[in-house]
Amino acid sequence: MCLAIPGVVETVEYPFAIVNFSGTKKRVRIDLVDDVKPGEYVLVHVGFAIQKVDKEEAKKLEEMLAEIFVE
Amino acid sequence: MISLEKAKAGIKELALRIKKEMEGEGEVRLMHLCGTHEDTITRFSLRSLLPDNLKLLSGPGCPVCIIPDVDLQMVFHLIKNAEITFTTFGDMARVPFEGKSLFYYRSKGYDIRVVYSIFDSIEIAKRSEKPVVHFGIGFETTMPSTALAILDGVNNFHVFSSHRFFIPAMEHLLSLGEVGINGFIDPGHVSTIVGVKAYEHLMEKYGVPQVIAGFEPYDVMLAVYHIIKAIKNGERVLLNEYTRAVKYGGNVKAQKVMDEVFDRQDWEWRGLGVVPTSGGVIRKKYEEYDAMMVFEDVFRNFEPKEDARKKACRCGEVLRGIIVPSNCPLFMRACTPKDPIGPCMVSFEGTCNIWARYGGSRV
Repeated sequence: MCLAIPGVVETVEYPFAIVNFSGTKKRVRIDLVDDVKPGEYVLVHVGFAIQKVDKEEAKKLEEMLAEIFVE
Repeated sequence: MISLEKAKAGIKELALRIKKEMEGEGEVRLMHLCGTHEDTITRFSLRSLLPDNLKLLSGPGCPVCIIPDVDLQMVFHLIKNAEITFTTFGDMARVPFEGKSLFYYRSKGYDIRVVYSIFDSIEIAKRSEKPVVHFGIGFETTMPSTALAILDGVNNFHVFSSHRFFIPAMEHLLSLGEVGINGFIDPGHVSTIVGVKAYEHLMEKYGVPQVIAGFEPYDVMLAVYHIIKAIKNGERVLLNEYTRAVKYGGNVKAQKVMDEVFDRQDWEWRGLGVVPTSGGVIRKKYEEYDAMMVFEDVFRNFEPKEDARKKACRCGEVLRGIIVPSNCPLFMRACTPKDPIGPCMVSFEGTCNIWARYGGSRV
């Protein structure tokens, strides 16, 4: 139920955006996330974006995993 | 994203480290709180990588499963006694009471429609003269969308709210104390909305280590490793490993609309009993969108019953992490994904359904 799927924003027509999920396009509400731009990734749950997916932050997990090897 | 090779190597290494940390230790019981985590754990058979003295329990993280029968009976009562269009998510449409579900009633001609999103229900309402009632289910992840839909102000659109706030249920589980939880894997997408800060009071009061985790196998393994280390070192940690989607303060806009529309009442959960301040009741200010108020007259002669078919169903204990699905006498005998008796077997996020599909056997 709390499933959320990341997709890339194609076009914005506030408060909606067309989001592409590896080929499947869906119209979703984006008014709960600040300043959504085409090309950005958003996490979508039951037709609304709950958050942007932060690429920089995704790297942090990679670093956490990398630490496992050097600890 | 992390490459497959790197993830594989990382998981192997994490499994070794967890085994090493757990050597000679007493039993440690961790609980995750999200159906999607159970899916990752069982689908990738992560429990087989963990030592026997480490138990990874499944908690009440399935919104479909925790909705008590009384809500379901009220919905059935409503569709039978009012001229409405009823919209629901697909998972919820299969949950039976006395063997009858929303799909059953649809087959009898009632106007019931499955939607992907509450905004689809709004579109149906805009094109219709009839009242449209949406079955509002879900935790903090889903509630902001219901709030937004209500704030859209479509006057023939109403919500039957079975929404529940999740964080109070965690506190309730800890205060019950019956499963002896040593650590929590916190639900990733609930956390996206409520943020890390929502768990701080639990940390202060109960001192149980918690890790907010994503849904890839390495996310879960890394969370388990960090909780085990924290337990061994006697640390009270609240770690956010899902930083790519979870901020410290959460999604503030979403919290605002949610609090604008919903108040908190003491509501019943399947398996957990009445959980204080967990019920997402629509505020009086928005009562014209609240199906409970709009159809007050219809509910006046409503009386809840017990479902005799569910007498042997142990979904409630599965939700509290007391038993595993295979301990239930009905599991894969009378109760299967094709013909489910309890909601834990109905929902794709229910532990029984996930074990039935992927073959879980132990915690």
